Amino acid sequence: MKRSRSLIWLLWLPPLAFLLFFFYQPLLVIFRQVFSERFNQGWQFFSWSQITRPLLFTLWQAFLSTLLTLLIGLPAAYLFARFDFPGRKGLRALSLLPFILPTVVVATAFNTLIGPRGWLNLILMHFFNLSNPPLNLLNSLAAILLAHVFYNTSIVIRLVSNSLTRLNPHYDEAARVLNATPWQAFREVSLPLLMPSILGASLLVFLFDFTSFGVVLMLGGPQFATLEVEIYTQALSRFNLPMAGLLSIVQLAFTLVITLLQNRVNNPRYGKAALSSERKTLLRPVSIRRKVFVILMSVLLVILFVSPIVSLVSRSLVTLEAARGERGEFQAGFTTRYYTELFKNRTDSIFYANPLAAMRNSLVYSVLTMVIATSLGLLTAYALSKSGRLTRWLEPLVMLPLGASAVILGLGFLITFNHPPWTSGSFPLLIPIAHSLIALPFVVRTILPAIQAIPNSLRESARVMGAKPWQVLLEIDLPILLRALIVSLAFAFTISLGEFGASSFLANAQTPTLPVTIFRYISQPGALNYGQALAMSTLLLLTSASGSLLIEKIRLPGEELF
Amino acid sequence: MLRVENIYKDYDGKPLLKGISFEVRQGELVCLLGSSGSGKSTMLRVIAGLEQPKSGQVFWNDENFTHQPAHERGFGLMFQDYALFPHRSVAENVAFGLRMAGRSKDEIEKLVRQALTSIRMQDFANRTVTELSGGEQQRVALARALAPEPRLLMLDEPLGALDHNLRTDLLTDLRRRLHASQKPVIYVTHDQEEAFALADRLLLLHDGHIVQQGPPEEVFRRPATAWVAAFLGLGNLIAGTITSPASAQTALGRFKLKSDPDRQVCSDCILLLRPEDGLMGEPAARQAQSLRGIVHDCVFQGKSFRVGVMLDQIHLQVQSPQAVAIGESITIAWPENTIQCLPASEIGLGHPGPR
Repeated sequence: MKRSRSLIWLLWLPPLAFLLFFFYQPLLVIFRQVFSERFNQGWQFFSWSQITRPLLFTLWQAFLSTLLTLLIGLPAAYLFARFDFPGRKGLRALSLLPFILPTVVVATAFNTLIGPRGWLNLILMHFFNLSNPPLNLLNSLAAILLAHVFYNTSIVIRLVSNSLTRLNPHYDEAARVLNATPWQAFREVSLPLLMPSILGASLLVFLFDFTSFGVVLMLGGPQFATLEVEIYTQALSRFNLPMAGLLSIVQLAFTLVITLLQNRVNNPRYGKAALSSERKTLLRPVSIRRKVFVILMSVLLVILFVSPIVSLVSRSLVTLEAARGERGEFQAGFTTRYYTELFKNRTDSIFYANPLAAMRNSLVYSVLTMVIATSLGLLTAYALSKSGRLTRWLEPLVMLPLGASAVILGLGFLITFNHPPWTSGSFPLLIPIAHSLIALPFVVRTILPAIQAIPNSLRESARVMGAKPWQVLLEIDLPILLRALIVSLAFAFTISLGEFGASSFLANAQTPTLPVTIFRYISQPGALNYGQALAMSTLLLLTSASGSLLIEKIRLPGEELF
Repeated sequence: MLRVENIYKDYDGKPLLKGISFEVRQGELVCLLGSSGSGKSTMLRVIAGLEQPKSGQVFWNDENFTHQPAHERGFGLMFQDYALFPHRSVAENVAFGLRMAGRSKDEIEKLVRQALTSIRMQDFANRTVTELSGGEQQRVALARALAPEPRLLMLDEPLGALDHNLRTDLLTDLRRRLHASQKPVIYVTHDQEEAFALADRLLLLHDGHIVQQGPPEEVFRRPATAWVAAFLGLGNLIAGTITSPASAQTALGRFKLKSDPDRQVCSDCILLLRPEDGLMGEPAARQAQSLRGIVHDCVFQGKSFRVGVMLDQIHLQVQSPQAVAIGESITIAWPENTIQCLPASEIGLGHPGPR
């Protein structure tokens, strides 16, 4: 008994120390900064509107985004749960892609679609002989909403279609036999049973929209500042750290409330029994109404998911040099120049961010994140798998970073670790540490179910057959966990590679990451800069897509991430 | 061989095993029989070293094994869910214990082949265990447990996960294999049919105590307590009070018993009336003590009928060679030398303690 308790502490110690030092300490420093400012100046150092304006806008855009996402996501979930049609598998795989795409890639992809230099405007300019882009969708609320719908529809599809397929069909049939019309059966029986998953998905989408940063910064522009963007602006442009801290506290409070609500909803009252059927039969759309629904819905989803990506990739391979002075005339041609340009090491570059260095940095950070996040995640998952009072107390402490925003983390790091050894040297360990904190909950949620799924009798029968404790670990646990470990590594890698929020605070001139560099390039004028940003985004897209493909291939069915 | 002394063990803060003591001798197959939740599996886990008892000792050949780690005991344990390693092939599963024992590669290969041949699964060596049927998994699990030649083999409800038809088939097979291995075996089950078919000796576990132990035939003939009689379904149990060394008073009236001078007058007792000893109709009426009741149930049972008779809210079962019409009023009786008088209080009475 005593030995096993000290073992649990030994498992807890490294992740706990890591979290306390690198997660809770920065948060505490933010709090301290805000409250010391209050003592120096009273509450006069800000005006209320500085908080309410971004807060209200954040809530408003999150609400609209969630509504739109549900509008597309719910029928789409129904489509995948009920119908069998050609291309179903491909479309489903496609619908999972956005979740893993870095925000920067999504933002640039929408830029190439609806931006001033994007396809939509180019086509309109060509056909109507215009000299200026007619549509100003960039820097608009519409652009933000569009990107959010693109991002989060996959969440609604995944969560709701999951419980829809698992809903025992006998409930509906029983209601029908008891004289309920199809609509009544749906409203009285199926809908209440599905409600927890719909609510859960909505809250999760709302949470993601609420904390969205990269997309809003790059597509919304300065007038559409959400809390996160405002934190970024206050901290990095105005150097008003107390204000940024105060906004962070507001943001954290709201995030916490939404997360708590989401956790409540996620424990359905009816238990797993109601949603445990493993129905494999899908309907073929035979009637006209169903055919129309399936076709319309699939076309809509293809447009939603494919067009930004195709647009990004194609735009990165096309040169469109509008001849100066001549209206609407431009020569279009295929080019790989944007890509080859990336690999030229230009020391005389006017930008501080060098693409080649950025790619190398990002790879190094990702590898480090893989190592840190997976090893800490493995320890944490083992600690969590041991039941007991200690686990119950420490679990929320470990899972909380899931709701914390990368921007706040970046801000906290910036304020806390602003002295040697953290600031000295050309190699900032802070970025991979921040990335590890962001990846850690995902890693834990991947490994923990795998550990819990190992029946203890496997370990026990190995022990009875003469396996020493380390042999049990090596012969039983490790081989069974291998898949989960590979998935975690891939998760950590892709998360780190695409991470933008924290990196935008921490990456300095010598150590840019790929997403930060893309952001810098796309904000600059000039076709070459634009093209290079697109080329980098495409490379990032390909890497992330292969990462997510690997995750989908290896992951065992039934493991949920949300 | 194995000796277990005075084992106490709590589960969830409640006492589960309250002083268990028994022995298992060389080549003996002992069945630990009890209802689910009685602590049978826990007893096995304590012997295997997977759990520590609150107090008490486990001895192997007079060597104290109580604090020996599980992997140093050299026992074998077959789990109810078999616990076959899903990431290993059939052959690798069987080889595991041999590998842990540090046997040479050639030796392991030879022994695994032998083991698989003996269960007629030599062609399955490279299959993954998840592809196997329940019966095949059971055979592989047994082969795996036996491969490293354990000093003692323990089986936790080895047929529990299988459906009824397969069980009867495998029971014969298992019986042959266990006897052939000549190892001391502890077999845990809640199924009395299995226990009676296999055991050299039965241990009946109830409420944390071993309430009776002995060869199956003896347990069947002379149940030590009313719980044993009820658990084994031996027959009608009627509560009463002893009025003399040769009689007891019950709700059905006075029963004459075979005289026993040790019987305590005025103490509570429970009478066991076995259906197969009961008489009906004319022969019953000739008995000195007979009962009248209404037939309310008659079930065909192959060789005979089981007749349910209702007397004053009390329901008795009696075996009959022919069918009886429901609703008919009949006379039934038990000869006095067939009636067994069991102690009413169950706990502690049938508990023999260490021998």
